Formats: sequence, C-alpha cells, structure tokens
Amino acid sequence: MKYEGRAHKFADNVNTDEIIPARYLNTTDSLELAKHCMEDADKDFAKKVKEGDIIVAGRNFGCGSSREHAPISIKASGVSCVIAESFARIFFRNSINIGLPIVESKEGARRIRANDAVTVDTNAGVIKNKTRKESYKIIRYPPFMEKMIKAGGLMNSIAKKLK
Amino acid sequence: MGYTITEKILLRHTRDKSIHPNEFINARVDLCLGNDITAPIAIEEFEKLGAKKVFDKNRVVLVPDHFTPAKDMKSANQCKVLADFSKKYGIKNYFEVGRMGVEHALLPEIGLVLPGDLVIGADSHTCTYGALGSFASGVGSTDLAAAMATGECWLKVPESMKFVYYGKMNKWVGGKDLILHTIGDIGVDGAIYRAMEFCGEVIEALPMDDRLSMCNMAIEAGGKNGIIAPDKTTERFYKAIRKKSRKGPGRFFKSDKDAVYYDVKEYDVSKLEPVVACPSLPSNVKPVRSLAGTSIDQVVIGSCTNGRISDLRIAAKILKGKKAKSNIRLIVIPATQKIYLQAVEEGLARIFIEAGGVFSTPTCGPCLGGHMGILAEGEKAIATTNRNFVGRMGHPSSGVYLSNPAVAAASAVKGTIAHPDEVT
Repeated sequence: MKYEGRAHKFADNVNTDEIIPARYLNTTDSLELAKHCMEDADKDFAKKVKEGDIIVAGRNFGCGSSREHAPISIKASGVSCVIAESFARIFFRNSINIGLPIVESKEGARRIRANDAVTVDTNAGVIKNKTRKESYKIIRYPPFMEKMIKAGGLMNSIAKKLK
Repeated sequence: MGYTITEKILLRHTRDKSIHPNEFINARVDLCLGNDITAPIAIEEFEKLGAKKVFDKNRVVLVPDHFTPAKDMKSANQCKVLADFSKKYGIKNYFEVGRMGVEHALLPEIGLVLPGDLVIGADSHTCTYGALGSFASGVGSTDLAAAMATGECWLKVPESMKFVYYGKMNKWVGGKDLILHTIGDIGVDGAIYRAMEFCGEVIEALPMDDRLSMCNMAIEAGGKNGIIAPDKTTERFYKAIRKKSRKGPGRFFKSDKDAVYYDVKEYDVSKLEPVVACPSLPSNVKPVRSLAGTSIDQVVIGSCTNGRISDLRIAAKILKGKKAKSNIRLIVIPATQKIYLQAVEEGLARIFIEAGGVFSTPTCGPCLGGHMGILAEGEKAIATTNRNFVGRMGHPSSGVYLSNPAVAAASAVKGTIAHPDEVT
C-alpha cells in the first residue's frame, strides 16, 4: 500500500490522553472523535489536517490507556498513516486490529520535518521524503501481522475463521 | 532452557508444545473484561461480526466504572449498552452501580482472577492481576470483541525483564514507591512489549495490596504485563476471600532457574524514601523531600492503584484528628463497595470527612479526568493514581503529581507537597 501526504510532527511519548482526551470518551462516534483528534498535543490539529496527511512522531507513540478511540480518531480525521520511532504496545495492536496503517522508522521519525511531502510505500518497505529528497527504511511486519493487515484487521480475519 | 512464569502461563493457554519470546500465539483466555468506555466499541464490533453468543457467559466481565454513576447523558447511554448486552447474552459478571467497583480492585476482591489464569481486558491497567500470579494484559476494544466471540486472543510472547528488590523498606515506603522508582529508572518505554517480573526478598514480604499497586503500573513503563510468583501471601489472600470460584484455587507457577531474561535490574530499597512522579510523565520521579513546599490545589486518594482498604487506612492514620488545609480539595474514593463499607465500619470515612474531605462512591472518575474532581486551568493535584500525562485530570495546563497514600494525605494536611514525617 502507498500513503501520500504532508507531515505533522510530534514529540516522544505522545499519549492517548493527548490523542483523544477522556472528556470526549462518552461517545463512540468516529467523526465526533475526529473533531478532537490530537487536541491536547496540538489544539488546531483537527482543523489543519487534510485527507491523506501523515503523523510523524518519536518514541513510544500512543502510550497510556487502551482506548481504541485514539487510533479511531486518527483514522477518522483523514490521516492516512502514522510513522514513529516506536509505538506503545496497546496502541500498536489497536491500530493493526482496526486497520490504521502505522510504520516504524527511526530514521524517518527523526529526519522528517513538519509539512514535508512524504510517501510511505509499505510493499517496498520505504518512506520517501520528496521535500528533502531522502528515503528511509521501514521495519517490516512479521508474517502473522501482514496476514491480519491484508485481511483488513482482526474482525475480518475472525469472520473468515467463523464461517 | 527454562521458562519464565509468563512463558509458562502463556504456553498453558496454547496448543503448542513449546514457546519462545517474540513468537505470535493465539491464546485461550480465562477471562475478558471491558468497561463503560471500551466495551461499547467492543459490543458494536461483536454485533457486526454476527456472533450468536459469547464464548462463555461466565468468563466475560463488564464493569461500568469510569464515568459512573453516569456523569451525563452520553455516558448513561454507554452504560446502557453494557446493561442491554449483558441481559441479551446472559453475562453473569455484569456489575451495576451499587455493586460495581473500580474493575481492577473488584475482580481480585471477588476472586474472579485466579493464579495461572490468562486475562485480557480492554483497559490498560488490566496488568494489575499479575500480582495474583496470572498473566494479565491490557488490550483494545476490538481485541475484547474477538475474545468475547472466540475465547481467544492473539499475543506476541514477550521477553521478560526481572526486577529484584532487596534490603529493608523504610517507613512510609510502599509498593507504589517501588514501582515509581523503577519507572523512574527505566523510563516510560523501558519495558516496552516486555513482561516485568518482580521478585526478591522485598517482594516476598510485600502485602498483596502493595503487589497489586506495583503490577498495576507495569503499563506505565510500557510493559505487557507485570507479574509476581504466587506464594504464601497469595494463598492467604485466596483463603481470606474464601472464594474458590470457577475451578479451584488456580495454579501456582514460578520461573525456572535457567529461564532467560532480556535484562535483570536490582534495587537496594534500604535508602529509598517515598517518591513522587511529577507532571507530565510517570517516569519523572523525585524524592518527596526534594519537592517539599510545592503548591497543590487538590488531593485524590483512590483508584485501581491505591484505592484499597490498606491505602485508606494509611491515609486515615495520617489524617486522624487533623484537617486538610482550607485551600485544598481532598477527595477520597474507596475502590469498591466492600472497601467503602469497611472504611465506614472502621471509622475511616469519619476521619476523612472530619478532615474536610469528600468520601465518594467508587468510580475511576478523576483519575482519567472523567468527573468527580476535574482540575481547572493551571491547577495541580497530588494523587495516588497511576498516570500524569498532559491534561490527564482536567485542563491541558493542569498537572498531576503521583504518590503513595501517605504522601498524598500528608500533603493535604500541609497544603503543599509534604513528607509524612512533616505532619506526624
């Protein structure tokens, strides 16, 4: 898969309280959640973000609570892919489970700057930074996860099994 | 090569003959859990899947504890989703307001989790139950939906880190200080994707409530699970609750002598003083004495980390016959109905109320900035909770200091962050 968009840059340890504050967790409506995406890290994010844009962050992105509202709000905000140096474990599995594309790239996470034009090619395992004319390697998913991603997430892969 | 306790429990829950770190497994779950925030999404996914029934109506647990008693209409609707689902599918372990408590205090209290169990919960602090010698890990709502339908969960076998504590614990130091000190040492991603195994003479002598506090915060170091090998303390715990629910008292596993660890950390606790995690990371840990005089507006004593009866007893010991400073809001929240009643009967509730505090019904409320004690712009709280990220308890410019119950109570009396010795 290929994802193309402008980069929005965030620091290390962006936690789920910043991605979607608890005051908005009294709904499961993804579009409602998207309105408050990243609000406590960048209060204008939901207004600025354009379809296809890419979040680029440092270490341990999505740490904190298990709220799936976090990847749901990112996905519904139009963000096509998240690049980080590393992901917190529950956020990682939630993203894989719901089909939000996330990739680990230490180089990419460090080199990409805000507003860079970025293309993520998961098949080729590479990120291209058009603004800086650079490319960075992506850490490949293990086959177990590739399979789940290809099936379209956890529930789709279970639906196949249950039939 | 031997296995760690985590590997042994995982192996027991697969059809595999052997198990290795970083392998993916589909594990059978003994129990799966959701709350009023995470379960509605899981239920939506479950219904979409078209599953006719849950894998086992005795092994699905639904606890509306976060925004309850319902703080607004939207929250009430979310709670109703849980109640309706429980009725429709005959979920035995649904706990309505009045019977519910903060989930990670409630489940151990009623013996729902047994040693050797594999538990997943759509709540990050599910790792609490590792204190009972089970494998317990927080997952997301979709994971819960899948587990409710199939009784299974996909897991990557974690590498294990061993944390050995030795020496003699100082007065006013508890399990909370041990885990904060550890997170301060390794950082908020210091145990990312890994199992945190706590052991050593200090842990062997540590009461169950303190063990629960420690395992509760494994996630704050990025850990997949925290775990303590079951022992005599575990035995006594189950005897006391006289609950050999489900199938007997569970199975006691321990790590093999030749088990393989990613890393081993050793801590001499003899010099450890009570510590506080400063805003806005649980790893921003400092000795409480270095923060003396730091101004605060609110004190919260409660949560799945420190809302148990022994926590309330410690706080009451300090607050007895004293008043919280007039500019401080003191909020005490027993974690379950049983603890609430115990606190009333033991006279603790009176102590809190006479100190000028509120004594509330069980709820996760303020810990996650839900309700029952939200911070205004720029305000600071000291809390016995587990997380202090930006805006965790309210306004994005507010801040939370994390501490043990003794430090929190002492700070209420002093009106600024204080060591318990300063007020006793």
